[in-house]
Amino acid sequence: MATQQVSTRIDALPRTILHRPFFWIIALAIAAFVVAPTIGNDVQLRESLLLAAVYIILASNLNVMIGYAGYVNFGSIVFFGLGGYLCVWLVGRPGFPLAVAALAGGVVVSALALVFGFGVLRLRGAYFALATIGVNEGVQAFVMNFSPWGGAAGMYLSTELFAPLGGPRQALWTIYYLLVAVMGLSLYLSYGIKVSKFGLGLLAIGQNEDAAAVLGVPTRLYKALAYSATAFLPAIAGGLYYFKSAFIQPSDAFDLTFSTEAIAIVMLGGQGTIAGPAIGAFFYEELRGWLLTSDTFSHFQLVVAGALLLIIVLFLPRGLIGTAHARWPDLRRIIE
Amino acid sequence: MTALLEIDGLGKSFGGLRAIDRLSFVVHEREILGLIGPNGAGKSTLFNLINGVFAPDQGSVRFGGVDITGAPPHRIAKYGIARAHQIVQPLEAMTVLENCTVGACFGSRNLSRRQAEAAAYEAATFVGLDDRLAIPAAHLNIAGKKRLELARALAAQARLLLLDEVLAGLNPTEVEYMIGVIRRIRERGIAILMIEHLMQAIMSLSNRVIVLNSGQKLAEGLPAEVANDPQVIEAYLGDPELARQLHGGS
Amino acid sequence: MFGIIASIIDGVLVGSVYGLAAMGLTLIWGVMDVVNLTHGSLIVAGMFALYLLTDATGLSPYAALPAIVVGGFAVGLFLYWIAVHRMIGRPPLMSLLSTFSVNLVLVGLGTAVWGTGLFNVPVSLPGLTLQRFTFPGTHILAAVLAGVLAGCLYAFLYGTRLGKAIRAVANNRGAAELVGIPTTRVLSFAFALGAALACVSGMLIATLFPFTVLSGDAYQLKSFVVIVLGGFGNPAGALFGGIALGLVEGLATPFMPVSWILVIEFGLFVAVLVARPGGVFALRRT
Repeated sequence: MATQQVSTRIDALPRTILHRPFFWIIALAIAAFVVAPTIGNDVQLRESLLLAAVYIILASNLNVMIGYAGYVNFGSIVFFGLGGYLCVWLVGRPGFPLAVAALAGGVVVSALALVFGFGVLRLRGAYFALATIGVNEGVQAFVMNFSPWGGAAGMYLSTELFAPLGGPRQALWTIYYLLVAVMGLSLYLSYGIKVSKFGLGLLAIGQNEDAAAVLGVPTRLYKALAYSATAFLPAIAGGLYYFKSAFIQPSDAFDLTFSTEAIAIVMLGGQGTIAGPAIGAFFYEELRGWLLTSDTFSHFQLVVAGALLLIIVLFLPRGLIGTAHARWPDLRRIIE
Repeated sequence: MTALLEIDGLGKSFGGLRAIDRLSFVVHEREILGLIGPNGAGKSTLFNLINGVFAPDQGSVRFGGVDITGAPPHRIAKYGIARAHQIVQPLEAMTVLENCTVGACFGSRNLSRRQAEAAAYEAATFVGLDDRLAIPAAHLNIAGKKRLELARALAAQARLLLLDEVLAGLNPTEVEYMIGVIRRIRERGIAILMIEHLMQAIMSLSNRVIVLNSGQKLAEGLPAEVANDPQVIEAYLGDPELARQLHGGS
Repeated sequence: MFGIIASIIDGVLVGSVYGLAAMGLTLIWGVMDVVNLTHGSLIVAGMFALYLLTDATGLSPYAALPAIVVGGFAVGLFLYWIAVHRMIGRPPLMSLLSTFSVNLVLVGLGTAVWGTGLFNVPVSLPGLTLQRFTFPGTHILAAVLAGVLAGCLYAFLYGTRLGKAIRAVANNRGAAELVGIPTTRVLSFAFALGAALACVSGMLIATLFPFTVLSGDAYQLKSFVVIVLGGFGNPAGALFGGIALGLVEGLATPFMPVSWILVIEFGLFVAVLVARPGGVFALRRT
């Protein structure tokens, strides 16, 4: 019985990613992000969704390292912050257009991550996690002292730089759509990696790195590539985000709580799944907004967030989607 | 007979201990070479040297005429050497099929993930795991995990399999089944270098046997010759159970 | 020239307190493979415990030490059973996250109670003046106390039954269990001991520098740097690591703005971590 069931399952494997239902579910979600705030020109909703999109970008990329390869990058915010700095500086000083500056930030950060990845990824487990904290703090301490980037005071952008995007009001919409596009790319990147040969290798590394190497997975190369690939889109997002703020300073750009929030989101949604980080980010952003506006909890935002995370870690270690998958295995074929 | 794997003057020390001491031998194409020896003789270390987990201090390893000494494990897998571990190393959260797909994807042939899935299916069927393809490897019993080790190695389409005690811990029925699988693997033209403590099995399966003691080659020859070699019997005296098996088995 | 030497000596004095803090972190890491991210909060708890005790009683700050040891131990036991016990033997991510979330709660409570303003505990001790340079009495006494406490820890780990049990569990938990060591009790004791060390070092730091509720992060990171220099899971190495860090800080202070020293510290941290994961002073590589 089981034989037949399984062999038909193999024959029924979708030919390409386009044949999977989840591909289209992602597309629907992106469409919702695009359309929802235009209904009634809801600026407040747009700002809330923009933050959710940033969280989804950070969490989806982080998930490739944590959920697939099993490497806990505690300092992933360094990609976002450094991308932001490069973009703001390139737009402000040499006067690059936003798109070029953000893209350049992505490329530079990704290249740095590749070089660095080969070194730092020799470390495993908690040692790697600590090294990533060290990298983030080191970069922050450096930028604090780096006068071309304004040191601890940071850099401002003149609002005149919004002019090429059709003035400040239109620029905010444009940046929102660009960030939603980066969010879509992040989701499809993590999906594409998962169904690829590269992703299979990463999953094997996450399960048992030594066994993976003996089976032929080029572990060092794959880890460094994953580290670098997951730096690219967050760096671009950082560029767009800080261009929108027209201001960047080291204590925000390299704030470790931001990247630990991203870890919490990955855990909340379910590490290793595609939908998990996205759903986790959405819930987290909603919860955060509610805590910030609630009279009772506004002073206890950290306490509530911490207690919530502890409960997830203790009682729901697979996260929302992971737990649902364990409960209803067939769900895997629809929500991946 | 042409040589497939040539080990020449191989040596490896850990601290002051010589784990492998100027060892030389050859594995021919399409043969099963048995590797026996008391515990601590250096058998598993030898496997680690061949498949690149450790780099040797001296000597060389040639495979199909190519020098592969000191190459990292993933490159060794590409050359066409696959290994089944003594202590099973399943990728626990992944299914049986996914485990085999990793073997096929990153093995000697450069397969796409789809092609690899087909090869993985074939390998899993070959060892009789086709009824458990979709369950996580962690849920297999020990016999199933041993078969999975073999299936992954097979899926890699290797020319040489290194089998490290794949029969250990199995009950007689399972041993019988595995011996059948190993015979059928040889019929496919794949050479096997196997470590085994189960003498009856190794004596009946092997074309030739090498006896290792303290990292050195103690004897080499046909199973019957080796079993009656006085030196070999002496080496096993520290391990009376094995000495008894050696006599009973031949 | 003498100024530089004096700066180095002062750096070493302060560094030994960092070493004491790192001992607590590395003890827990070595025994149960848990990276305790509540470490910074425990240091801050020691600071505020000192502030409250001296404020309420008007006693000399150093008289508060026994109370802080006992209090830190009790808090450590509580944290162990809340956040750590269920994580023993699970992947490192899980204990990192559980201690991180407890840390969020502690920092949140702290800021709700005390805000983020600067606090300080006034201590009057005569300094030691050599030529133009005065070594503050607080620095000297803190270093002496750190040294004594490190000695006590060492005597405990190597001289007592319980200490040997802790080392046995650190070495091989399964084997320790087989020979009849109650591992859970030993683990909870070791965690509480590590927490007490963190609190005491926080108390000593509070006699040296002003502090805020958010100071924990910086000192926690310093403890990581110290551990990397001194070797993981090795309490004696941590003291040397602390002294080495103090030496670097003391040596660098006359030559560059204080803010650049952080860059050096983190650069050193990552470089050492990647080049020698076992730590500079570690005898064997992990």
